[in-house]
Amino acid sequence: MAMPPDSTTLVLAAISAWLLIGALGIAALRKLRFVSRVLFPAGAAVGVGLAVAAFVAIGAPPQVAVLPLGLPDLPFHVRVDALSAYFLVLLGAAGAAISWFSAGYFRSSEGTPPGLICFQYHVFLAAMAFVLIADDAYAFMVAWEAMALASYFLVTTEHRIPEIRRAGFLYLLIAHVGAIAILLCFGVLQGGGGDYTFGAMRAVTLPAAWASVAFFLALFGFGAKAGLLPLHVWLPEAHPAAPSPVSALMSGVMLKTAIYGLLRVAFDLLHLQLWWWGAIALSLGLVTALFGVIFAAAQTDMKRLLAYSSIENIGIIVAGIGLAILYKAYDKPLLAAIALTAVLYHALNHAFFKSLLFLATGSVLHATKERSLGRLGGLIHRMPWVAWLALVGTLAIAGLPPLNGFVSEWLLLQAFLFTPTLPQSFVNMLVSIAAAALVLAAALAAYVMVKFYGVVFLGRPREPSLAYAKDAGKYERAALAALALGCVLLGVFPGVVIGALDPVNLLLVGHSTGEAAGDWLLLAPFGEDRSSYSAVIVLVVIVAVVLVTMQVVHRYYHGRVRHADPWDCGHPLQTPRMQDTAEGFGQPVRQVFEPFFRIERHLPSPFDDKPRYWLKPSDPWWHWIYLPIARAAEFAARFVGLIQQGRISVYLTYSFVTLLALLFFVR
Amino acid sequence: MTAAALLSQFVQLALALALAPLLVGWVNQCRAWLSNRSAPPLTLPYRTIRKLFMKDAVVASNASPLFRLTPYVVFGAMCCAAAIVPSLATDLPFALAADAIALVGLFALARVFIALAAMDIGTAFGTLGARREMFVGFLAEPALLMVLFTASLISGSTSLPSIVDTLAHRELAIYPSLALAGVAFTMVSLAENARIPVDNPATHLELTMIHEAMLLEYSARHLALIEWASALKLFNYSCIGLALFFPFGIAQGSDDWLAIALAVPVLVAKLAAGGFALAVIETASAKMRIFRAPEFLGTAFLLAVLAMLVRLLLGS
Repeated sequence: MAMPPDSTTLVLAAISAWLLIGALGIAALRKLRFVSRVLFPAGAAVGVGLAVAAFVAIGAPPQVAVLPLGLPDLPFHVRVDALSAYFLVLLGAAGAAISWFSAGYFRSSEGTPPGLICFQYHVFLAAMAFVLIADDAYAFMVAWEAMALASYFLVTTEHRIPEIRRAGFLYLLIAHVGAIAILLCFGVLQGGGGDYTFGAMRAVTLPAAWASVAFFLALFGFGAKAGLLPLHVWLPEAHPAAPSPVSALMSGVMLKTAIYGLLRVAFDLLHLQLWWWGAIALSLGLVTALFGVIFAAAQTDMKRLLAYSSIENIGIIVAGIGLAILYKAYDKPLLAAIALTAVLYHALNHAFFKSLLFLATGSVLHATKERSLGRLGGLIHRMPWVAWLALVGTLAIAGLPPLNGFVSEWLLLQAFLFTPTLPQSFVNMLVSIAAAALVLAAALAAYVMVKFYGVVFLGRPREPSLAYAKDAGKYERAALAALALGCVLLGVFPGVVIGALDPVNLLLVGHSTGEAAGDWLLLAPFGEDRSSYSAVIVLVVIVAVVLVTMQVVHRYYHGRVRHADPWDCGHPLQTPRMQDTAEGFGQPVRQVFEPFFRIERHLPSPFDDKPRYWLKPSDPWWHWIYLPIARAAEFAARFVGLIQQGRISVYLTYSFVTLLALLFFVR
Repeated sequence: MTAAALLSQFVQLALALALAPLLVGWVNQCRAWLSNRSAPPLTLPYRTIRKLFMKDAVVASNASPLFRLTPYVVFGAMCCAAAIVPSLATDLPFALAADAIALVGLFALARVFIALAAMDIGTAFGTLGARREMFVGFLAEPALLMVLFTASLISGSTSLPSIVDTLAHRELAIYPSLALAGVAFTMVSLAENARIPVDNPATHLELTMIHEAMLLEYSARHLALIEWASALKLFNYSCIGLALFFPFGIAQGSDDWLAIALAVPVLVAKLAAGGFALAVIETASAKMRIFRAPEFLGTAFLLAVLAMLVRLLLGS
């Protein structure tokens, strides 16, 4: 029997296939039919293949390879271990569904020709896969930058619109600020040896102070990509600008490469973890989560709302990483493994439900040309496929049993709950307050998602033009259905995934979650007497009760239904404008958390001819950090401007003085 | 899992379904007495449910299937919850499937569905109700979880039967953490079950409604199911409260049928006392403005967090 090809070969083959598809896209620059009917589906097939190959590789020992690419004497090292493989599964699965959706999504009206989009899209996919397998800092940074650039061009697909160019620039700027921090982090990690392979970094023993520097550089750098506070500002700008499949790919998958990087540095490359790193990451993550969800509640643009919701989910994931570091530092490997499992599981879940929702907004956008929540509504009648599949994503992201969002939240809460064993009472207190904040964020997420779904899909159409909205095409439906099915399966059979996560946990924290956690029926990481959850049983019981009740009701009581106008307590005049708008639905949250917002209000005076009330909540971080930096830069520039005289004699004098000074110093 | 355990599970579920409307009737009766009105009969909720089942359903012409599915899902979620709350016995095979966190998740599932259904018709009052309900929900849910966390810190388990087993075997004393959690739980239960001071179940003034505003478009069997589910929710909350703070008289083990039989009158007596207390609270307080609710529920949340901290730091 022939040996199966090793996993690095398979992953590299997938990357090459994606690059080839991209190159074919360049060749067929304006042939929309070829690009959408052949190339994107082929990309999806590669994604499925990658996911399968990577799933097999999770349990296999690490595979390494050296590629004869790159600079002379500086070849690319690649390595597929359990952590890489897990994230490759995520990339392959979510990427496949998004590619399939793209096959039906991209039309010729977009600014960039379809072939070029196809090229950028597949380079983006390939770069993300390469980030996940890079095994030296050089290869990692090359792939990381390729990923940032490809996604930048995808964000600015409709580059004729100035706001979109502005959003793209902001994204590129923050991506590069982050990349500098990552580069510095690798500089610290190599410990002066000059060897930038990850293998060498693992061998280096850094003193605690330098290890802390490396960790915080990584937290900053990867946090900029993931959208951690205060580097989150690009997300709500870039996501509405990008085409929906790109938003889905960026939010569902690219943010996870940052999580991968953080995990890689914090648990694999660094040999020690200090408790206060965990405390800081935990606090930062929860502040991000709360901030993200509170802002999501106030949004009126459906993609901005989802972007803020991504910030929230990343916050939850980073909080989980902080918790895992805390436990690892206090030498509680089982708890660390459970926190880490929750993190990894949530990353996968988020890839599924957030992609699903972003793609659903893409279908809505295509059908209605509207992104503003204030002009949507009632689409469940016009677009039943999209609406019902999006409902699955909505319930999943709201963290409701028996879907997948609940499982990861449940695991994380379990990890939070069994803390009293930590030696420091300060940390104990922090962790329990963090649990409270996490629960608050989760409850708010349900609020936000009810707002999202209710305003977009339910109620009556707020604009007459919505009556002509058409449901998504068959490619889009199939992709949405696949992602929704993923949400259900991940929710109902969590034990399968958690069992497969054992090698990752062993690699990162040196302990697995154990047998009980990986049971297909019952999830009981600490044993059945302490806690257990079985989505299968919950689902079966709810469905059984629903069916039995329906049968009983219809059998014993006549099932007559009369249709009539809505009653609404007898109010005769009802217009769709009387429904809550997105602003109205978010108003309680805005009122309760008013200090978080910076709100501009315009109150009409009684004498206005056409009184208008408007209110614009904006992100205070712009005013706290970014605008001061911009002002400081302008201020400094004015001083630099003083020496620019614009006369050649003055510049010659500068050169002369510089020369003199250099001669004096260098001699 | 034994047949006896399974049987006791079904007995408990059936009892919950049967007793829930009675509890609502009892609370209404107490309220009437306390406010010096003549009381409606105790069985009125049963008759109302029966009457509603008999009627023709009127559904708004622009309702989606979600609207008609919701009452069944809500009812299913509440039955599911009733099966895991130990009201009679602690040996519940089904409780393995969902612990305290999952219980809160089930309540949230019901809430989200009912809010979505309320937004489905697209009326002003429906969306108003949905918004307010989710608003109260996101304030109350964390507080409820914190209460349950305090209890699970004491017992080292988030499984409700284990919590009850542990709490029932403690020596009789006042534990500061449990006392704080008890106050927080009472406040949360009032809000979650749409009682005064957060909501008024008897109101006819649409502008002040929360829970009722969401049900305005429902009629007949759909309304009956939702009313029954609401009654079940009140029953479940009462049983959680009794299980956490007065865990005495709940049968341990499933083969001891005598203990289970004895647990029934104990439960009824406890529920009667609890229902009376609820009526007293409702009669003695006035409904708050909706934007006072964050203060009320924020207090509950802080009390619950304080309870958890007291438990963690002082161990009491």
